[in-house]
Amino acid sequence: MGERRVISVIVLNEHGALTRITGLFAARGYNIESLTVAPIPGSSYSRLTIVTQGDSQVIEQIIKQLHKLIPVYKVIEHSELVEKEMVMAKIPLEERLADVEALCRAYNGNIVNIGKDTAIIMAADEPKRIRNFIEALKRFNPKEIVRSGVVAIER
Amino acid sequence: MAKMRGAQMVVEAMREEGVEVVFGYPGGAIMNVYDEIYKHRYFQHILTRHEQAAVHAADGYARATGKVGVAFVTSGPGFTNAVTGLATAYMDSIPLVVISGQVPLSMIGTDAFQEIDAVGISRPCTKHNYLVQSARELPRILAEAFYIARSGRPGPVHIDIPKDVTAEVAEFVYPKEVKLETYKPTIRGNVRQIKKAVEAIKSASRPIFYLGGGIIHSNSAHLVRELVDATQIPAVETLMARGTLPHDHPQLLGMVGMHGSYAANMAMSEADLLIALGPRFDDRVTGKLSEFAKYAKVIHIDIDPSSIGKLVPVNYPIVGDLKAVLQELLPLAKKEIDPDRYAKWREILKRYDELHPLQYKDSDEVLKPQWVIERVGQKLKGRARITTDVGQHQMWTAQFYPFTRPREFITSGGLGTMGFGFPAAIGVKRGVGDEVVVNFTGDGSILMNIQELITAVQYRLPVINIILNNSYLGMVRQWQTFFYDKRYAETDLSIQPDFVRVAEAFGGVGYRVKTKEEFDKALDDALSKGVVALIDVIVDRYENVLPMVPAGGTLYNMLLEYKD
Repeated sequence: MGERRVISVIVLNEHGALTRITGLFAARGYNIESLTVAPIPGSSYSRLTIVTQGDSQVIEQIIKQLHKLIPVYKVIEHSELVEKEMVMAKIPLEERLADVEALCRAYNGNIVNIGKDTAIIMAADEPKRIRNFIEALKRFNPKEIVRSGVVAIER
Repeated sequence: MAKMRGAQMVVEAMREEGVEVVFGYPGGAIMNVYDEIYKHRYFQHILTRHEQAAVHAADGYARATGKVGVAFVTSGPGFTNAVTGLATAYMDSIPLVVISGQVPLSMIGTDAFQEIDAVGISRPCTKHNYLVQSARELPRILAEAFYIARSGRPGPVHIDIPKDVTAEVAEFVYPKEVKLETYKPTIRGNVRQIKKAVEAIKSASRPIFYLGGGIIHSNSAHLVRELVDATQIPAVETLMARGTLPHDHPQLLGMVGMHGSYAANMAMSEADLLIALGPRFDDRVTGKLSEFAKYAKVIHIDIDPSSIGKLVPVNYPIVGDLKAVLQELLPLAKKEIDPDRYAKWREILKRYDELHPLQYKDSDEVLKPQWVIERVGQKLKGRARITTDVGQHQMWTAQFYPFTRPREFITSGGLGTMGFGFPAAIGVKRGVGDEVVVNFTGDGSILMNIQELITAVQYRLPVINIILNNSYLGMVRQWQTFFYDKRYAETDLSIQPDFVRVAEAFGGVGYRVKTKEEFDKALDDALSKGVVALIDVIVDRYENVLPMVPAGGTLYNMLLEYKD
């Protein structure tokens, strides 16, 4: 499978641009582990952050194929980068919320909402630490966990 | 600044781009555009009898002339019929602009009559595509489409235009120049890399030119000939590069790959340097990758960076337009490279060629397909364009026709589209005028677009179709003979139409021939009459295409003969 790689794609913010990129991954058999996308403030471009896997030859092909798409402006393969991912979860109110809150704080998070039956918590941290956080969260019987996918910026 | 309907913008854009012919088929969603065609007559419109044929004809026109081919089709089935044409052009990097009608914007997504997600379907088989959202953006999109189709690595571009957009009125200013922030093909090659490549050639002892279709697209065959002549390095051609060197060129070892010549395939296997000029290392050329040219370093010149290093590691990558790169490389090569250095290598390859030349056993009892092709070559060499369909006849044509120049041989390589040959030949004929156009086809392939007989007759485009008829789906039959223990599943085509009467029914001329004399007579008659012709040539049912590298096999392990 090869190693995990993070690729950022700067693409014209136009009709169908995202389909071109995900379609390319599907058609050529490349794997998408996570994908985030949002417009770049003050420009006509969007930025996609794709986490994928592959050996260096596969990654090189992915980058070249992405470049070949007409609306793609730039493809950045990160070597030196800061990565963050966000996660939200619903925890039943009968769990020990003080412990939950302490856990969240350790992972740049907090309790963001208390509802009728559940508390909604969030944390934002490096992807690896988010995995640990989710693991630790299990003992509080989370009802639902939502992950954002990775965003990354080069150092 | 003129205000006009979107539909008129389409025909005005054709005029701006110098389009002289459009192949197409009208229908509901594109009627506004056809109404403008009727009013303006800026270009000839050729009505094919199937949308697939319209795109193949535009493709043949583009391959023969080097210009952008244009086709118009309607929405839904009109578009889906065109998809095979788009995919064929995409695989062989042919510049096309294909415009389809679409249901009105307000109805998109409602499963309206003749609605299909056309851009969703064409995305993986075009270089780029557009769904037009308003007439305002139409001039820009039309100009971009032509620019993208012909620049960089060429390819088909599809524009899907909703019917209300063709009816909408907006201002028409056709862009004089297209500049895209996100698309800038590299033209000039890196000079340092070019110097390094020349050094590598200088120090190689067994170099080989691996000539690919990029030579034809970049119009650089004359430079390649100059380079081969100056260095006297042996050369092999891919299917798409046939005609780069004349067939009798002393350095040409023939075609390479699955049905390449023994000498060409051995040259690749034993070379210490591949000089790859615009090929793409297709599996039909390389065979098993781990054994392909395994002693060779690789120089690869290509305009598409994603072609370089995709399948085979490259030591000297050069991204650029082949013509521009060769213009830099040629003076260096002439100055630095001593052709005598490769004398021994040339000698070895010559011996390989003498050992197993490309050959077939002629017969007096039954016509051999290779004889027919050679015969046409003797009569028409250098003054005809040759198209083919796909199958055994295609490979025999590639092997045995005496090609003399680029764009002389027009064939569907990458996609291998049966049914391509005849409509492509119609487009070729429209593009080349008085030159003879011959389509070599099979009894399988010809039936995949036989309806185009009426198009050829209507527009007086006298294409000569030569059916190499073995009453089999020959190439599949050959694989069944070799690899499936002669279980001829669904390849027997003994039940056939009467091709002579078919030709006549459409207003053409048909011939059925079984001997050399009959063939000569038929061909001479068709040539002298200048008519749309079907020559049904009954050939040896069991002739095989040889040599053959079985799929996934190694180039140096060729089947040279078949023993029953």
